[in-house]
Amino acid sequence: MNPDKKQVIPKREADIALHPEERLDIRKILDGLEHYHSPRRPWHWREEACVPREVGDFTYLEASKPLERSLPLPGSRGFGFIDPQADCVITTEIASGRFEDDVRRMRMAAWHGADHIMVIRTAGQSHIDSLMEGTTQGIGGIPVTRKQCRATRRALDLIEDEVGRPINFHSYVSGVAGPDIAVMFVEEGVSGVHQDPQYNVLYRNINMLRSFVDACESKAIIAYGGQLQIDGAHNANATAMEAWKVMPELMVQHAINTMFSVKCGIKPENIALSSVPPTAPPAPCMRLDLPYAVALRDFFRDYKIRAQQNTKYMESETREATVTHTLNMVISRLTSADIQSTITPDEGRNVPWHYFNINACNTARQSLAGLDGIRTMLDIRRDGPLGERVRELKERAILFMEEIIETGGYFSAVEEGFFVDSAEYPERKGDGIARDPEGGIGNDTLYKRADDYFAPVSVHFGQNNIPEPFEHASDAIGGDTFEDPSKIQFIDELDDYDNVNVRIAEKQKYYDNTNLIRPEVEFMADGVLVLTMMLPCDQRHAEAAALKIGEKMALSDCEVIHSQLMHPSEGTYIEMKGKVGFDIDLSTLELPQIVETLSEAEIREAIHAHPMTIVAATVGEDEHSVGLKEILDIKHGGIEGFGVKYHYLGTSCPVEKLIDAAIETKADAILISTIISHNNVHYDNMQKLADAATEKGVRDQLILVAGGTQVSAETAVSSGMDAGFGRGSRGIDVASFLVKRRREMRGDA
Amino acid sequence: MTETKGSFDERRAHLAAMSDEELYEYFWKLAEKIVDPLVEAGRVYTTPAIERSVLLRMGFSSLEAQAIVQGMVERRLIPHGAGHVIWRLSEQLGEGIRETGLGLVDGKHWEDAVRLFEEVRS
Repeated sequence: MNPDKKQVIPKREADIALHPEERLDIRKILDGLEHYHSPRRPWHWREEACVPREVGDFTYLEASKPLERSLPLPGSRGFGFIDPQADCVITTEIASGRFEDDVRRMRMAAWHGADHIMVIRTAGQSHIDSLMEGTTQGIGGIPVTRKQCRATRRALDLIEDEVGRPINFHSYVSGVAGPDIAVMFVEEGVSGVHQDPQYNVLYRNINMLRSFVDACESKAIIAYGGQLQIDGAHNANATAMEAWKVMPELMVQHAINTMFSVKCGIKPENIALSSVPPTAPPAPCMRLDLPYAVALRDFFRDYKIRAQQNTKYMESETREATVTHTLNMVISRLTSADIQSTITPDEGRNVPWHYFNINACNTARQSLAGLDGIRTMLDIRRDGPLGERVRELKERAILFMEEIIETGGYFSAVEEGFFVDSAEYPERKGDGIARDPEGGIGNDTLYKRADDYFAPVSVHFGQNNIPEPFEHASDAIGGDTFEDPSKIQFIDELDDYDNVNVRIAEKQKYYDNTNLIRPEVEFMADGVLVLTMMLPCDQRHAEAAALKIGEKMALSDCEVIHSQLMHPSEGTYIEMKGKVGFDIDLSTLELPQIVETLSEAEIREAIHAHPMTIVAATVGEDEHSVGLKEILDIKHGGIEGFGVKYHYLGTSCPVEKLIDAAIETKADAILISTIISHNNVHYDNMQKLADAATEKGVRDQLILVAGGTQVSAETAVSSGMDAGFGRGSRGIDVASFLVKRRREMRGDA
Repeated sequence: MTETKGSFDERRAHLAAMSDEELYEYFWKLAEKIVDPLVEAGRVYTTPAIERSVLLRMGFSSLEAQAIVQGMVERRLIPHGAGHVIWRLSEQLGEGIRETGLGLVDGKHWEDAVRLFEEVRS
């Protein structure tokens, strides 16, 4: 690299900035794409992560700079809607097969804390001996092409401005076009890559020498790009029949790629291990996996850990996958993780759907926040079975490497089937993956460099004879694309029938009129929805019955995606997907009116001028008082904070008692809370309160308000209340209403 | 189930006395020993993918790079480096790099290229 030539970093574009209230329009991303160069380049870690941080009422020890825009966890409602961002980068893997839909999902994920977006490649790309071009639709991923990368990066550049944090875009430098892809990734602003020649050898049957020679060039390019590299060792865990026995081998695979990468010039801080806790419940996984996690971090202390979720034992139940993910994160927090990866909990049943990416991000965000700083109280005890096991794993890994060398080196070891054997080394089961060093894809494509070999580019691995009078290789051509991006050649589309323009045209009406919608799980207006049901019968009948239910509901393409026995005869739980064939036009919907609240100052002033007293209780046989206390209590932003005096009469209070108390205290209003809603008992209680007030002749002097999670404003009013407040209501909503209603009653509205 | 050259307990004897730090050093020494020959192979070999990656950086598209590298393989020019061949050819023809490469894509200049490197070899 010529140090005199600086990379030209383009400016950010402001003219197509995103607005939270508008959907991302892929057509704007595609417009002028051939001239776009991303300002994003190297990997980005979260900022300000090493200092204690105040967020809301709490001090976090493992949190980073907050986002400017995000959607906090649902449970944050009780904590002032705080959204602490963990110290580690959070990954989400997105690949529906259509990048134009993926970018919208990436935007949703970024709002839930993802800052590492990994794009899975379409099946078979590893074996294509060239870059792919255009925007053809993929299977289980997308064809990773220049156009797809540039469009996705352009969208992510806008998304990172929207949320206020840089986003790392990531994909794979593997297969027989590794160096080609590595170049394209640097040119297009991809900042994280998977690169591990062992993956090509073991799982793609690409010739060993070809894989390693290509990898040298790829890694030199990755080093130049400042990209973070993740290895492929976790695949051994996913492939081995008994994954809990491959721990020594996993350490060997990590070591081979790590040391190889260092020798190719990648800085240790840009080398990450793809590490998976090898086991999952019902195995006693924490006790098995924790020593492995500790041993790995001991040996690889100079490198980064990308903590991946265990997928080996994932079935179709999303709840089970979520628990495994959570346990994995306990290990991350007890040891360390620089990147916390997430696998969508639906991966055991289909290509991930929009909202499962969000669920997975939230599982990470929730667990990491919950475990924040736990190491200040819990320590790993090395003076017991854990320490012994850590030592044993390290020794087993070392013995494995000794035998590789004794056998004649890496190629011979692969030939002998050393790798992905399911026994715990030094035991062998003989079921490892064996490859012929002379065989595999691309075995006849290696050429010894001639004495005059020359590559006139700024980054190159190995022998390169720079001719006189040039000091730097790329001087011979006046600089390469890394130094002058205007030299990059952009290919738009190669297939007239399979490309993004055709797909947009097919969905034209939804692009032109954003009021037109269908349910959606991966592609725009795919119409897919899921029904969940408990059918009181055995599993086989339940699955057939579910399909019949879908048919009767006029759903098409019905398919049971999860089925779980509750009891051999009493019941089966079913999740079934199906498609609807109609659109909903949002412009034709009648929406409940949004009630504007008065400002806090105006409410305080009104209460100060005319003090207000209320009586409150939960009514009927209802002991749920938490919600009511939140509405009343000054600590929770309740109406007390605005100066309203309240008399709380407790739980399960008879309505007559409330009326009597209101008369006695000259109260302005009665607030009742009612959570239990069986047989509409909550509305019956409202009517009883209204009737009792009328009977005692005080209805006209009292404001009657009901609240509860199942309360609808309209039905509360038709049940005799002045207002009803449902789920998510806040003290200010109630206080504002009380002030407004009193003004009306006093005639000074 | 087979055991390779003895059980864990037998084979670990020479590691037993090592401290954790010595074990760490030894682990990385072995890793280096395994990868050194692989890194050396990367220094002396080239492949069509490496040469395509060079041409991409010289300002050729993937389709052009593939066609040029294929021609170089067929004419046994690839050991000199695909970018090298284009650069030398462009010097000789007095044409720009991109113009020269596109000529090769169109089937032109191949004889010149072969002759140029025969001269070098002789």
